[in-house]
Amino acid sequence: MATLKTKSNELIHPMEHLLRMDRIPHIWCPGCGIGTAVTAFASALEKSKIDLDKVCIVSGIGCTGRVAGYVKLDSFHTTHGRAIAFATGITLGNPDLKVVVFSGDGDLISIGGNHFIHAARRNINMLVICVNNFIYAMTGGQVAPTTPLSAYATTSPFGCVEPPFNIPYIADSSGAVYVARWTALHIRRLTNSMAEALNKPGFSVIEVISPCAMYYSRINKLGDGLDMMKFYHDNSEIKHGEDTKNLDIGFQTKITVGKFVDRERPTYTESYKKWLSEIKRKK
Amino acid sequence: MKANPRNVNTGIYYIDGDVASGQGALAAGCRFIGGYPITPSTEAAEAFAKIAPKAGAVFIQMEDELASIASVIGASCAGVKTMTITSGPGYSLMMETIGFGAMLETPFVILNIQRGGPSTGAPTKTGQADMMQSRWGSHGDYEIIAIAPESPQELFDYTIKAFNLAEKYRCPVMIMADECVGHMTEKVVIPKADEIEIEPRRFYNGPRDKYLPFKPDKDLVPKMVKAGDGYKLYITGHTHDEKGYPILTQNSKVKTQKSTTRRLVDKIKLNADKIIELKEENTDDADVVVVSYGISSRVAVRGIEKAREKGIKVGSLRLVTVWPFPDKKITELAKKVKAFVVPEINYGQVVFDVERCSHGEANVILIPHGGAGVHHPDDILSAIEYASKENKKIEGIIEHKTKLEKLIFEEGYKLKE
Amino acid sequence: MKASTKGILTGTHNLSGNEACVEGAIAAGCRFLSGYPIQPAIEIMQRFLERAPEVEATYVQMEDEISALAALLGAVWTGKKGITATSGPGLSLMMEHIGLGVMLETPCVIVDVQRVGPSIGIPNSPGQGDMMQARWGSHGDYEIIALSPSSPQEMFDFTIKAFNLSERYRTPVAIMADEYVAHIREKVVIPPAKEIKIEPRNYYKGPKDKYLPFKRDKNFIPPMVDIGNGYKFHVTGLTHDDQGYPIMNEECQEYNVHPLMWKIRRYVDDIIEFQETKTEDAEVVIVSYGAPSRTALKAIKQARKSGIKVGSLKLDTVWPFPEKRITELAKKVKAFVVPEMNYGQIVLEVERCSYGNANVVFVSYAEKEVDNIDDLLSAIKQVIKEKEARKGIIEYHT
Repeated sequence: MATLKTKSNELIHPMEHLLRMDRIPHIWCPGCGIGTAVTAFASALEKSKIDLDKVCIVSGIGCTGRVAGYVKLDSFHTTHGRAIAFATGITLGNPDLKVVVFSGDGDLISIGGNHFIHAARRNINMLVICVNNFIYAMTGGQVAPTTPLSAYATTSPFGCVEPPFNIPYIADSSGAVYVARWTALHIRRLTNSMAEALNKPGFSVIEVISPCAMYYSRINKLGDGLDMMKFYHDNSEIKHGEDTKNLDIGFQTKITVGKFVDRERPTYTESYKKWLSEIKRKK
Repeated sequence: MKANPRNVNTGIYYIDGDVASGQGALAAGCRFIGGYPITPSTEAAEAFAKIAPKAGAVFIQMEDELASIASVIGASCAGVKTMTITSGPGYSLMMETIGFGAMLETPFVILNIQRGGPSTGAPTKTGQADMMQSRWGSHGDYEIIAIAPESPQELFDYTIKAFNLAEKYRCPVMIMADECVGHMTEKVVIPKADEIEIEPRRFYNGPRDKYLPFKPDKDLVPKMVKAGDGYKLYITGHTHDEKGYPILTQNSKVKTQKSTTRRLVDKIKLNADKIIELKEENTDDADVVVVSYGISSRVAVRGIEKAREKGIKVGSLRLVTVWPFPDKKITELAKKVKAFVVPEINYGQVVFDVERCSHGEANVILIPHGGAGVHHPDDILSAIEYASKENKKIEGIIEHKTKLEKLIFEEGYKLKE
Repeated sequence: MKASTKGILTGTHNLSGNEACVEGAIAAGCRFLSGYPIQPAIEIMQRFLERAPEVEATYVQMEDEISALAALLGAVWTGKKGITATSGPGLSLMMEHIGLGVMLETPCVIVDVQRVGPSIGIPNSPGQGDMMQARWGSHGDYEIIALSPSSPQEMFDFTIKAFNLSERYRTPVAIMADEYVAHIREKVVIPPAKEIKIEPRNYYKGPKDKYLPFKRDKNFIPPMVDIGNGYKFHVTGLTHDDQGYPIMNEECQEYNVHPLMWKIRRYVDDIIEFQETKTEDAEVVIVSYGAPSRTALKAIKQARKSGIKVGSLKLDTVWPFPEKRITELAKKVKAFVVPEMNYGQIVLEVERCSYGNANVVFVSYAEKEVDNIDDLLSAIKQVIKEKEARKGIIEYHT
């Protein structure tokens, strides 16, 4: 990260060139982990040495959906659940770009679940950063596809009865080439993962477990953001290369984090280019 | 039939429109809501999720709006009264399956708490710009019923009415509320169960082997059976015959188009007089009539009062049911009045139908509003004043220039959050 | 600007409407298609895929129609011209993204090959039941351009026109074809590239740090830039200011959305095209679009033989609706006869714009073959006997 600079005696935030400072302060609540994920992402952008003009960020709807609006890149705030589909068009329209989809668990895995598995299957060149806070926070705390069994939400007022999705497992089994999970506490490791994935061609997924102090923690009486960080500290286990089958998260159970998948597969763009040139040669 | 006391939380409440609608659904006998969170309608879903289990009803939060509406139609086929709750973007996603529901003639209710659009727009603010979408949003020809409530009490009352109409005409019924009404907190009186009239489902009672799922009664509406009653019925979204079998050949098209699609349109068109509910005030001697619906009719009251104080003969026609549109009433009034003034929180939707039905006999003035707020009573007053003074017949909709438009585009207002 | 010669099959061909549409797209410079298979629009995807290698176009079959349109919008922002093709059920699924396309002012072309609806309906049979949906199907307020071709030649011509309009007005444009026009095979003349006019994208040319993605130029249309050129711009489906930043209040709603209507409403004379046949002395005018306008031309001949002065107004552009022309004609003619393959959609607009000056007769082609002229003739013969203009739409029962 760049050091603090002064310009005409004014202190400048070291990330100013990566953020839309004219939109700060952001909308996220105190204790939320999305800001941490954005910080990690901004650091990763620098660390990866990627050409910032060629990075483009797409978000859906929700708390994490607002990320695109704060990062100073070509940025798109699209419709609910369709960030991956929109981003697919961008990558295919201009394969030289690195597209980052930054959105939440409800947006990517519930309403956008179908696009998630298909983009992974096609191995579309994009990095998906999924902030998982176990709840729909923007609309006020409804049950999410990641809400652990028995956890409360406003639309599961008697405790959640649906088993949650294991995001790394879906990503892995659908064909993602890079899958990692960290919590909002693992800033350094998360940044490294993001930087690594930014330079990896193909469909990469990084899940970021994040506290939602306003809704998830409050309705489940888990304390504030700091308490959640303490919980992550005491209950996270780093297991690189762990079989993604074993990554379920229960209500206040241990959270396994690490890099689980890192493999090579031809991307959609590569395969398509190959197909085009073969057809041309035959003709 | 009267409401089941188990479903009715009789009492006097101070609640918002969304919650009132949830209570209304339960009172109407709704047994299933499939929904997906979207501002500003979520409170209705939350309210229902909370009160449903005690009454033996189910709330499920589906993975998206496409799934919500599909689950609702499925539940309706299983024999229960159903509803889904959404707002603009979710409503757009439901369009395909709304057509499916219309084709299957399954009764269900959609609560759309309209917000500022298009696209993501202004989620936490009001709008009335999905009105035409509710009528025309799915492909192909079909008719629906749409109701526009103006207060939390009406959201309770008209949710029940919506369920009754859905059962009676076996069609989708849309409650086209808006964020203002949905989030407005007022006194809501939930009456005793024996004071609430409920329309039971039109179940078929004849012999099993004679049942034809799409053979209409005299009022063009067929009788239903439940899945699981042993009828072994076949239901499809394809154009079908009375048996429900798909007809895909060109030769049989004439017959089945008549028996299915034309009937879908006619069963509402021909029963329109029975369905339409209007609230008319002072139209007998009026020179100008304000035609409005939803929150706009409440806002209009102030403008109308001011105009009356100035001695202008102005009446009001409030569309409780917006679809089917009261063609006859407008045509009738057009012959008597000088002009219609139509305030809508959009840039012209229902006003087109007012214009159509006036047949050039009355001027039609639109007071537009882009949403995220309601009309200023002064705009309504100045439009009424203009309407009463204009003696020329003017073809085409006259778009009234609002204070807001002048502020933004003429007075160089600087946008700020 | 003239079309690039690359890939243009100049010459005379025997093509189906769907095939002609693809040729039109390629001639217009379209190099991206994202779609999802649906009858009766499939041939558009197939032909585009076959033609993709030669013009180095990108083709992708997405997982559904929702993502097909989403991907198209994304691709357009990288500088590509793009198209998607679908039919009724697919169009219904695209509704949310038509709204996003309008809000992001993204030029793109959506082909709807209409079939019988509602719901699944009859997939292999022609219909025109999506006309109102094209105008009103997405939530919120917007205006849209919709063209309705009636032959393979028009499928070619109108596809080019659709791309040009979408670029000029930065809006999604719908081509509302029908199964009949899509599958009929006819002579299509593809002119040389130098005779094909192409509207280039309105690119921003000022300094990078001054770029505002929604700042309207003197023509009321905001210039665009492509992703990846260092502008670092932000766009959102939320109500936004010139910079593309969301502001949620009524002032911004007015500032953002009202011009979306104006940018079409103020240019209606430039956008709207129609073809008139023998309307000068006509007592009855048939107002039609798409496949039924072929029948209308036949009916005129027949009717004139039996001494009734009938003319035809064929709408090439259905949205925005040619209000002025209908109003003018209504004052001159006794009646309009409107044949449509639905149960009454555009006829409502004809009724609206006649202001009680002419009778409006609806002839539904939802139940009959599109080449049936008997019912059209009988409607003409009956309406000519009407003494005065009746209120409301007339439908004679045959």
